[in-house]
Amino acid sequence: MAEENLGWFTRTEKGISTQTKDKKDIKERMWYKCPKCSEVVTNQDHEDNLGVCKCGHHDRISTKRYFEIIFDDNKYKELDRNITSADPLNFKDRKNYSERLVGMTKKTGLKDAITTAVGKVGGYALVIASMNFEFIGGSMGAVVGEKIVRAGDYALKNKIPFMIVSKSGGARMMEAALSLMQLAKTSAKLNQLSEAKVPYISLCLDPTTGGTTASFAMLGDVIIAEPGALIGFAGPRVIKETIGRDLPEGFQRSEFLLEHGFLDYIVERKNLKEKLAQQLRMFAN
Amino acid sequence: MILLDFEEQIGELLEQLEKLREVEATAEIDMTGSISEIEEKIKKKRKEIYSNLTPWQRVQVSRHPERPYTLSYIEAITGGDFIELHGDRHVKDDKAMITGFGTIDGKTVMFIGQQKGANTKMRSYRNFGMANPEGYRKALRAMKLAEKFNKPIVTFLDTPGAACGLEAEERGQGEAIARNIFEMLNLKVPVICIVIGEGASGGALGIGVGDRVLMLENTWYSVISPESCSSILWRSWDFKVQAADALNLTAENMYDQKLIDRIIDEPLGGAHTNPEKTFETVKNVIIEELEKLGKLDPVKRMELRRDKFLNMGVYNEG
Repeated sequence: MAEENLGWFTRTEKGISTQTKDKKDIKERMWYKCPKCSEVVTNQDHEDNLGVCKCGHHDRISTKRYFEIIFDDNKYKELDRNITSADPLNFKDRKNYSERLVGMTKKTGLKDAITTAVGKVGGYALVIASMNFEFIGGSMGAVVGEKIVRAGDYALKNKIPFMIVSKSGGARMMEAALSLMQLAKTSAKLNQLSEAKVPYISLCLDPTTGGTTASFAMLGDVIIAEPGALIGFAGPRVIKETIGRDLPEGFQRSEFLLEHGFLDYIVERKNLKEKLAQQLRMFAN
Repeated sequence: MILLDFEEQIGELLEQLEKLREVEATAEIDMTGSISEIEEKIKKKRKEIYSNLTPWQRVQVSRHPERPYTLSYIEAITGGDFIELHGDRHVKDDKAMITGFGTIDGKTVMFIGQQKGANTKMRSYRNFGMANPEGYRKALRAMKLAEKFNKPIVTFLDTPGAACGLEAEERGQGEAIARNIFEMLNLKVPVICIVIGEGASGGALGIGVGDRVLMLENTWYSVISPESCSSILWRSWDFKVQAADALNLTAENMYDQKLIDRIIDEPLGGAHTNPEKTFETVKNVIIEELEKLGKLDPVKRMELRRDKFLNMGVYNEG
């Protein structure tokens, strides 16, 4: 067969012409590919950059990593480690809730969707309740509610500012109305903090939706967020289905909420610690 | 009367009853005996069906198209002595949320509640009882007004959920509900919340934080509707019956979990079969509860309300 007939099969350039960022498969464990700009960096570089891509995309990172970033010298005391989810309704969908819980703990090494701790930020004490998205979508059940209340109590008793880091899809369905009532439960504690004039900072991360938004995430004395975080009451997929058309670019993202008056400011992860310390100083002095 | 699928047998009896009445009227024959016999049968059948309702069937009754809605309760309870208040003073007047002063037993009460429409046109006008942020903010304005003039608050919960859409998000649906929950835990006047139909998630809780939270017998209250729960957890819309079971959403389930304070009986066959009797029962319960709550010190009452919600939660420790 004459070569010219295979023109579509002939290389036009020598060597491999696909750029690494355009490759479909990247070996896991070694490389991180940004879902926004497709830039590829080593996992080590990605971690060194605090999980933030050059394009500004803030990748989700763990509570443990946030504590490392925020607390002075990575020193902090974890609170109420041993509270775990019960399964009071014997909830069963395609899977038993109790089995789901065991599986989640095994997979993530976490006990539930929140970790609470106290430490110092730029020399100022701060109690943090930080949600774990990797544990059933950061869903709020009785454990999340109780640990927020106890961390709030710690802040109240010791007159230390309180911060909740939200990273959650909302209430935990497998605890049904019990999880719904956590909205009121956590808000009751925030009421007491408010009366005692203990500052409460709400930090909204990607994603902060559903019951979280309809309670503590939107009740901060100061409400802040990382760039590009999804923050809203209803999830974008549900809204899209309801209204029957595509959602506008940037809808329900941090910048959108700032523009509509629901955030005080947006802070990049690399500036988070410094900004928090400044904020705490302003409350203190 | 519109019958639900599980009420078929009652339908046959109702037809027989109708025929007997016709015969009696046209042929002028005394059918009193047969008529009361059939009526007795209907009552018996209703009792049989209604004493064994499944959770999904309760959900169906709670959505019965002839079920009374908020304004009907207010109208009956106040005997028409009601002034509706409109608007949130920021954006607009939300037709899915009703607020206003009314009189009950000679005393002024602030009534607040989601309102559904009774026909196609009104359903759309009321946005199916799904309030937007301005609805929750209107409710909050009404609550603050009640507190200022030391009037107790009665809320009626009946919503398939808070409104979902671009504008709701732009105007902060989450913030509006969060603010209401927060402020309701702060009110110095008595607050009674009554689920009269559907109590779906944050949309319901946004006017649902009270000293006393009550549910009518055939209502439901949960974090999500059985249909949506099915679609998320089973990835299909076909498991709503199982989801209704799993969610423990009936008044009895909620009372057993200590998440509500009291169940209000409905007439046999549901509130829609005898609305007047339902209104009377609800009115008496409100009077009774307000009298008890009125005796408490305002600050103490508020603290008790907070403590009640602070104690909600089942978990393991250690």
